[in-house]
Parts: sequence; structure tokens; C-alpha cells
Amino acid sequence: MSPGELICPAGTPAALRTAVDAGADAVYCGFQNATNARNFPGLNFTPDELASAVAYAHSKAAKVLLALNTYPPAGKVDLWRSAADTGARLGVDAFIVADMGVADFIARTYPDMRLHLSVQAAASSPEAIRYYCENFGVKRVVLPRILTIPEIRAIRKEIPCEIETFIFGNHGLMVEGRCSLTNYLTGQSTNMDGVCSPASDVEFIRHGDGTMSSRLAGFSIDCFGCGEKAGYPTICKGRYTAPHRSDPYYAFEEPVSLNLARLLPELIDAGVHAFKIEGRQRSKSYVRSVVSAFRTAVDDIRAGRPANITDLVALTEGQKQTQGAFASKKWR
Amino acid sequence: MTKLTLGPIAYHWSAETRRDFYARIADEAPLDEVYLGEVICSKRAPFHEPDLPDTIARLERGGKKVVLSSLAEVMLKRERKATEDLVALESHEIEINNAAGLLARGKCPHRIGPFMNAYNEAAITWMAGRGARHICLPTELPVQSIRIAAQVARELGLGVEVQVFGRASLAVSARCYHARAHGRTKDNCQFVCELDMDGMPLGTVDGKPILRVNGIQTQSESYVCLLAETGQLAADGVSHLRLMPQAIDMVAVAQAFRAVLDGAMPAEEAGASLRDLCGTAPFSNGFYHGTAGHEFVAEVR
Repeated sequence: MSPGELICPAGTPAALRTAVDAGADAVYCGFQNATNARNFPGLNFTPDELASAVAYAHSKAAKVLLALNTYPPAGKVDLWRSAADTGARLGVDAFIVADMGVADFIARTYPDMRLHLSVQAAASSPEAIRYYCENFGVKRVVLPRILTIPEIRAIRKEIPCEIETFIFGNHGLMVEGRCSLTNYLTGQSTNMDGVCSPASDVEFIRHGDGTMSSRLAGFSIDCFGCGEKAGYPTICKGRYTAPHRSDPYYAFEEPVSLNLARLLPELIDAGVHAFKIEGRQRSKSYVRSVVSAFRTAVDDIRAGRPANITDLVALTEGQKQTQGAFASKKWR
Repeated sequence: MTKLTLGPIAYHWSAETRRDFYARIADEAPLDEVYLGEVICSKRAPFHEPDLPDTIARLERGGKKVVLSSLAEVMLKRERKATEDLVALESHEIEINNAAGLLARGKCPHRIGPFMNAYNEAAITWMAGRGARHICLPTELPVQSIRIAAQVARELGLGVEVQVFGRASLAVSARCYHARAHGRTKDNCQFVCELDMDGMPLGTVDGKPILRVNGIQTQSESYVCLLAETGQLAADGVSHLRLMPQAIDMVAVAQAFRAVLDGAMPAEEAGASLRDLCGTAPFSNGFYHGTAGHEFVAEVR
């Protein structure tokens, strides 16, 4: 049976301790630079902080996974190599990688280090996953959030490594590692800089009629009526016009978050080894409540007890939820 | 000598449109190489695959080398099969756009497509060791990195390609946004993407054009245009310059680039004629210059 490992976000040392205390089997984190895909101001770890974090996690039998999951632009590869060197020296339990050059460097330099294939590598077929397993010794793949559960179950039978899927948090709908939307508008790249819709480029403009626009680098991403709560201007969650439509519409997806709580038993049954909770940018209290609720649910399901799914569903704090691609091909 | 190439058609053009398009390209366009094949949506392939042998023959008679490109997204059975069949080909060079293709191809020679994320010298060196003979760099790579990547690739004996014209691919998804825009899903899309030969325009709520939808792909509203940069690209070791097909006179676009590459026409003059060809589509070169992709930076001289 799937061990149902819970992989939890740690944007700060405090969040890491919180996640470990709440029952995380592993936490994932990154350094304060472009080597990881959540290179946001105020987040992530210095090498000293990571050293303490590894010691704390290991004292509670939890693992630390270091995200090195961006794509170094030519000329800057040393930053990624040096991050890998530091991570290996500090005794992290695995690296999460996407770039073939980074994967090759780690596989050659640290052959005993565990490699996980990041969602940023966009490996969505057994063949693509096997390519990384055979060439770099990848032990686990984080699947893109574009597959249905029957598809995941089928993939599981054809690959030699563990599967990790997202279960909760941001609903990324573009194939990750293949998205340059942010760079097109802002000049900062998701793949190369680890930046997505950066706060430094965000503005909220209140209009005379009481409506509010959210903008990214001067482009309106959405406009909200007086009664509406203004959302963050993420490009793929904005409203746009199209020639044949009378009103602006969510061309890609509504501002919903992913919550697979109800699918948890099915995912465990499909052989998913580990579940990833998204949200390195989230607060300690958010991490505590989400991690402990999922801990209880996973333990209940594995022990054959009915899980209290209602608590998990309530976690999204009034935000609209989706099961995205996982529940049905109709999402596509 | 820098080669000029034509990338695969990203849109769902009808079989007839494609036949006419490639007939003119074969006979009139000063292009060295042409990439064929469905890269975006596996559902479209049956519409134009029957014509492929004739199209290949026609282009080859016109003196063009033909390279076959694989799907960017491989998830379904038919996509896995299509990729497997393509990489088994020995008759033509192939360009691989998904790691699924790399597995099947093994160390047999191949090209690396723009969706493979060959961002740096380490990845390129790895790919070269596994049979890559030619690399198309990601569209968002800035000049400083192109220069380093190209130098390393050339030292390894690889061809190096950069997109110099046409809408940039900004994202792909499992979801079809063309179907969604018409209240459908991917499985019952009824090929509504055929309505938009140059992509479906999206505007901001305040009416500013911003993106284009092409099935599961999201593209830039602007046409990437690196006409003034061709000399620098060639000097930096880029061996192939790629034009992406748009619903405009691509023969004339190829002639403009060829004229600049041959030194037969100054970039300013060719740029003015290119401007006339492209209607209202804005030009951009921001990715190359390391600024926002939609921007157009005038060359500093």
C-alpha cells in the first residue's frame, strides 16, 4: 500500500518547524535565489538556516527536500552547482530538479544523493519519466497537474520510480517549466528566475465608479465590481476579452485553488507514493492547519477508518475549489 | 553561412491552406530548411498527415531540407504512439519536443526543439552526448545566454537555432483554451481552433491586446522580430534563424530576412517592408534584450 507520505511546504525556518511538528513526512524548501521556483522576497533559506532546519527535521524523523528546480540560463550554471554543493554538504535528503544539466551534474558529483524530478520538468508520460530514471537515476517524479487518476494509475504501472502528486494549494494549469507568461509581461522569468507574477509588478487601481483593477506590469489582469473581492493578478487566472464574447471571461481558469481531499482514497489506491501540499508563500498558521488535517486524513485512510473529509474541504477559507484535471477529462 | 528555416505551423490550418502555403514556400521562399509536423495538438494531425509525403517531396524539389517535428505535449496513448513512430523514422532528420521522444530515440542523431528547454551549456552538453546534433534555444533566452550557449554548441559540433520571427510560444496546457472560449472541452472541441488562422486574440479588460490562444497553446500577441539582430546572432555563432509561420505573406517575410542576411538590404529598409507585411501585429524583441518579452527595444548603435 502507498505510504501516503505528506510533503509539505517550508518558505521559512519557522514554517519548516511548524510543518514538521504538524506531521509532515518531508518538507521542501529552497535557497534565497533563482535556483528554485518560488524565488519570492522574504521567502526561503540561507545556508545557515538550512543547516538548522535539516538538524531539526532529522531530529523528528522528517526529511528535507531541496528544490533546485529552475532552468539555469547559459552563463549562470555555477549558481545551481554551488547550491547543490551546499545542499549536499548540509545533508539534505533529496534534490528536486528539472534541468538536464543540473540533474547530470548532481548524478555525477553526488551519485548517492536522491533525485526527485520536479513538476517543472513536465514529464507527463511513462516514456518521459523513464528517460529521467534511466539517465539520472531519478527515484520519484512529481507529476504535472494535468492528468486524471486513471491516467496516473496507468503511468504507475509503467515506471520504475515513485509518484508524487499535488493535492492542495495553487492550481497551476499551464504545463510547468514551459510557461513564459510572466517573462512576457514583466521581464522576469519563471523558468530562469523562479518568479511568477511578481509582487513588485503588482498594482491595484481603484476607479471612480468603485471598481478595482488588478494589474501586472501595467497590464490589467482583472477588474472587480464593488461587491467582489479583488484577487491577485496571476496571468492565467485573469479575465480577458475575446472577439466573439460580449464580456471579459476567465480565458484559462477561474481563481480557484486545488483541493483533492475527496480524491485522497482513490489516489492512495492508485499507488501515489507521496502527496504534495503547495504553499511555500503561506503563513505558519496555514501550514499548521493544512498539514495536521491532511496528516489525520491520510492516517485514517491507510488504517481503513473513514476520513473526516469535511475538515479538509473547509480549509480553503471560502476560496473556490477545484479538482482540476484529476477528477475528469472534462476539465481539459 | 547562416541558414534560414521555417518552423512548423502552430495553427490548425486546413489541408488545402497548407498545400497552397507549402507550394509557394517550396517554389518561391529563400529558405534552407522547413520543419513539418503537428507540434501543438494531436487531434489535428489526421487532417494534414495524408498530405505529408507530397508536401515533403514538393519542398525537397524546391531545394529545401525537410525536418519533422514531434509533439510538445505527450500524455495520451495516441500522442505516445505518434512520438514513437516519428522518432523511429530514418528517412528524415527529426526535431524532438518532448522527453518521451528522447527515450525512444536513444543515441540516434536528432534535433532538440524549442520545447525541450535547452537553456544552458550543461544541458546542451548532456544532450549532445545523447545524440543531439542541433539545438533550437528557448525563445525567452536573452542575448548573453544565447552567445554562451551557441559557443558551447558550436564547439560540440551542433547546429544552433533561434526564433527570429513570429509569435512566441508562452505556455502550453492540458486544457484547450480555444474549446473553453466556445463553451466546449478538448474532447468535443469540434476543431473550433480552425477559425483563427493566426490565433484567437485575447485583450485585457480595458481593451489592450495581450495574448493569443491556439488550442492548448498560449502565444504572444506580438510577433517576435529579430531582423536588426540577425548580424549579431550570426556573429555569436547562431547557425540557423527560424521564422514561425503566421497568416501573412511568409514568402515575403523570408525574402526580407534573406536580404538582410545576404547584406543585400539594410535592416532598416527590410524592417519597413516587413512592417507593411504584418498588419497591426506589434513587433517585439524584449526576450532577446533581457527585458519584458512584449517590448520592442530599438538597437543601440
